[in-house]
Amino acid sequence: MATAPLSDFDAPKPERAKTHAETMVVRFAGDSGDGMQLTGGQFTLSTALAGEDFATFPDFPAEIRAPQGTTFGVSAFQINFGANGIETAGDEPDVLVAMNPAALKVNVGDLRPGGLVIIDSGEFSARNLAKAGYATNPLEDGSLAKWQVMAFDISRQTLEAVKPFGLGNKEALRCKNMWTLGLALWMFDRSRAPLIEWLKGKFSKNPTLAEANAAALNAGHAYGETAELDGPLKQFAVDATEAEPGFYRTVTGGESLALGLVAGAKLANLPMFFGSYPITPASPILHALARLKEFGVTTFQAEDEIAAICSAIGASYAGQLGVTSSSGPGIALKGEAMGLAIITELPLVIVNSQRGGPSTGLPTKTEQSDLYQAVYGRNGDAPLVVLATRSPSDCFEVAIEACRIAVQFMTPVMVLTDGYIANAAEPWRVPDMAAFAPFPVTFHTDVPTTGHINPYARDPDTLSRIWIKPGTPGLTHRIGGIEKGVKTGNINYEAANHQEMTDIRRDKVANVAKTIPLQTVDQGPSSGKLALVGWGSTYGPIRKAVQRARAHGHDVAHIHIRYIWPLPTNLGDLLRGYDQVIVPEMNTGQLKTVLRDQYLVDAKPLNKVSGQPFKIAEIEAAIEAALGVPA
Amino acid sequence: MNEMTHITVPADWATDQEVRWCPGCGDYAILKAVQRTMPEIGTPPEKTVFVSGIGCSSRFPYYMETYGFHTIHGRAPAVATGVKLANPELDVWIITGDGDGLSIGGNHMFHLLRRNLDVQVLLFNNEIYGLTKGQYSPTSRVGTRSPSTPFGSVDRPASPCSFALGAGARFIARTVDTAQKAMPDILKRAHAHKGTSFVEIFQNCIVYNDAVFDAFTDKKAAPDHQLHCVHGQPLLFAGGSKGLAFDAATMTVSVVDIAEGETAVVMVHDETNRIMAQLLIDMPFGPFPMALGIIWCSPAPTFDAAVAEQNSAVAAGKPADLDALLRKGQSWEIAAKDFHTV
Repeated sequence: MATAPLSDFDAPKPERAKTHAETMVVRFAGDSGDGMQLTGGQFTLSTALAGEDFATFPDFPAEIRAPQGTTFGVSAFQINFGANGIETAGDEPDVLVAMNPAALKVNVGDLRPGGLVIIDSGEFSARNLAKAGYATNPLEDGSLAKWQVMAFDISRQTLEAVKPFGLGNKEALRCKNMWTLGLALWMFDRSRAPLIEWLKGKFSKNPTLAEANAAALNAGHAYGETAELDGPLKQFAVDATEAEPGFYRTVTGGESLALGLVAGAKLANLPMFFGSYPITPASPILHALARLKEFGVTTFQAEDEIAAICSAIGASYAGQLGVTSSSGPGIALKGEAMGLAIITELPLVIVNSQRGGPSTGLPTKTEQSDLYQAVYGRNGDAPLVVLATRSPSDCFEVAIEACRIAVQFMTPVMVLTDGYIANAAEPWRVPDMAAFAPFPVTFHTDVPTTGHINPYARDPDTLSRIWIKPGTPGLTHRIGGIEKGVKTGNINYEAANHQEMTDIRRDKVANVAKTIPLQTVDQGPSSGKLALVGWGSTYGPIRKAVQRARAHGHDVAHIHIRYIWPLPTNLGDLLRGYDQVIVPEMNTGQLKTVLRDQYLVDAKPLNKVSGQPFKIAEIEAAIEAALGVPA
Repeated sequence: MNEMTHITVPADWATDQEVRWCPGCGDYAILKAVQRTMPEIGTPPEKTVFVSGIGCSSRFPYYMETYGFHTIHGRAPAVATGVKLANPELDVWIITGDGDGLSIGGNHMFHLLRRNLDVQVLLFNNEIYGLTKGQYSPTSRVGTRSPSTPFGSVDRPASPCSFALGAGARFIARTVDTAQKAMPDILKRAHAHKGTSFVEIFQNCIVYNDAVFDAFTDKKAAPDHQLHCVHGQPLLFAGGSKGLAFDAATMTVSVVDIAEGETAVVMVHDETNRIMAQLLIDMPFGPFPMALGIIWCSPAPTFDAAVAEQNSAVAAGKPADLDALLRKGQSWEIAAKDFHTV
């Protein structure tokens, strides 16, 4: 990621000249009631419409309405936008919008030295300063000297702008975020028209509110137009992307995953049953699917996590594609039922939108610490397939793969995504469904000429068992969590039979590796001094860090793993081709353990569990340290 | 479901698997009654699914020549919900016990009843944990001595039917494992009822809790201590010599002696009357008889029908165009070296 160099801010500019930047990082921060996520979302829309590449990072507190003005009630939305190849939401903001003292306090430390901070001075009352824990007013004590400060009374400006609409003081102040958005639109030379249209739609039941918000937006924009030209407030011209031609949309990981599941069910030619229990940050998937009934989707908000997965298992048993979704704590509750799906060999897709753990942990912060849980976390020898998504748009393909593997191998498949991916948005070049090979399911209907059907009859190549829908004449049978005979499907406690069934379950999941692509190298040589091996949402920062290191002439490669279990068959040989292997993960070293165990390679961990994604610079530093580059 | 593919006999509903309950277990009698009743109900075996949890009772599906799913402890209602929503054509029976259905699975049972999924629940109540070797259960009476309560249990038992009524069940019946005459009719009514039919079956555990229901199931005791509830009939027992009377002033029931033909003071059973059902379920055994039969039946819309109806109503007229769906939302097109918004 390139940022606007410092000099761009400082150099004197001719009148009305725009400061050029290849990319920009802007963070909107305010109280959780200030509507910062909405502001960020709409700014993202304008960014997309301006033809710029982007990545976003919403960062909000777990409390819906934390006490106003406190540091723990601060909600922020960061967007990195501009020319091609935006992979992360950016390390350091170039511009920070702080709607109150608490937002300033929490966020200003991240701002690039020399960066611009826009502050609503109207909120800097003694009371609010005290709530944020400021002993002195930072606007007056010189503590913001290393940044360019633009403080003005946004609250009063907003009240003035919406005065004609006769709103109460509280309602009027709610328009502050639109005023701020208007200013941001001016700064980055964006069209206001789509936002005004959106406001009309959003407040269609209350046209006065729509007009008031539009007036606030226009006032913010006008403020930029008429602001002093020699002040720090400037207009920027940010490069547009040179993206591949095609049809694009913005997509969050939650949306993309839901769409991928719908697509996967369609390619399998099955109706989908989605059993879920609300949990942060997984719920957006349930919300998205609940609206898609015309695609043969039944959503069921179950009484708890266990009922959610059990209902999905019941639906799979009855011949639909059962899917359940949760986050770590909920996945833990589903553990026993996963074992049931494994031993009864029913297709099932389990989505884990990971968050900080253990226990309740950090519900709204991101982490990748459920890999052990996914690969190993069940009683008995209970193998299942684990896939990982690396970005919001990647969720689509991964969800389709999960559906394919689940029905082709009659197995549960867990998809690991995370809170960052679930909420972050990026541009997505929409694929054509005709490009995906269908994998229609054939249910078993042949009645044996003698004796009873064995529901555990298998395909000799995949080891996948037959799938019989209840309702099929002549094939009545019983399945369940007790071990069954390999050749009969009846209860069987014999030692040799259990050994054989356990081996089959292991081999069946291992066979999935025959149907997945070989591991490729994302960037860099296929052997050499150093490989960074990642999975999941660390893709962006690893990719950028490796790009920069390679630009500096360092011998480093980036390998990113989608198939966590089973691993691609060539991965061991590939890793052995590098002198050093580093695994950056937002946990204490979980993929690292798996790689060391599977391949006896000396994989080294690079870990971060702060609830925030890796910064590019952190990974870059690790690369240089490993290669002995002097700091 | 209405067309019968062929006429079945009880033997058609039995699997070739050896039944593995303890000799003398009440489960045998229930299995026999169910296998006898299924041909009369008329649903073909392949359209019938038995779903169970864990426990002695939950082995039941292995002995029924139908589709069967022996799931995990307490979760049969949740699995059955998925089965029924995925294919409402299937005739789904849930087999559970007092531990499976009311302890570890109490939450699911509550929500199953609240939602009114169209399934039958047969809860085998033996007031003990059998498969784990005899610990007391949530329906065990205070003072039950078991390996886990060597000095007697101290917590008060749950009443399955009272729980079901409170949860919003619309069909509640009660019977006894050995009631081979009464049970088939109850099963048929449970099957005919649209919604969750909750049937508590007092089941004797010969090994760990033998004779615990003898006070009303013993042949000699039964006439004086069983009250068979029949819709539209007076609530009489002890050969018609006793009946239940309601005192409106105190809102209580009492047992009254009936002189020859004088039944005017006796309550007439109305299975659609929820307050009467509550009284029949809650009256303490001992001073009062044990109410058996169809205690409460008042159909209401079912969950599966409501889900199917909303699914089709919302989907009506909307084409399932996946490519169009993918292109929804904030979108733009980039032509080579040029772009415009859409």
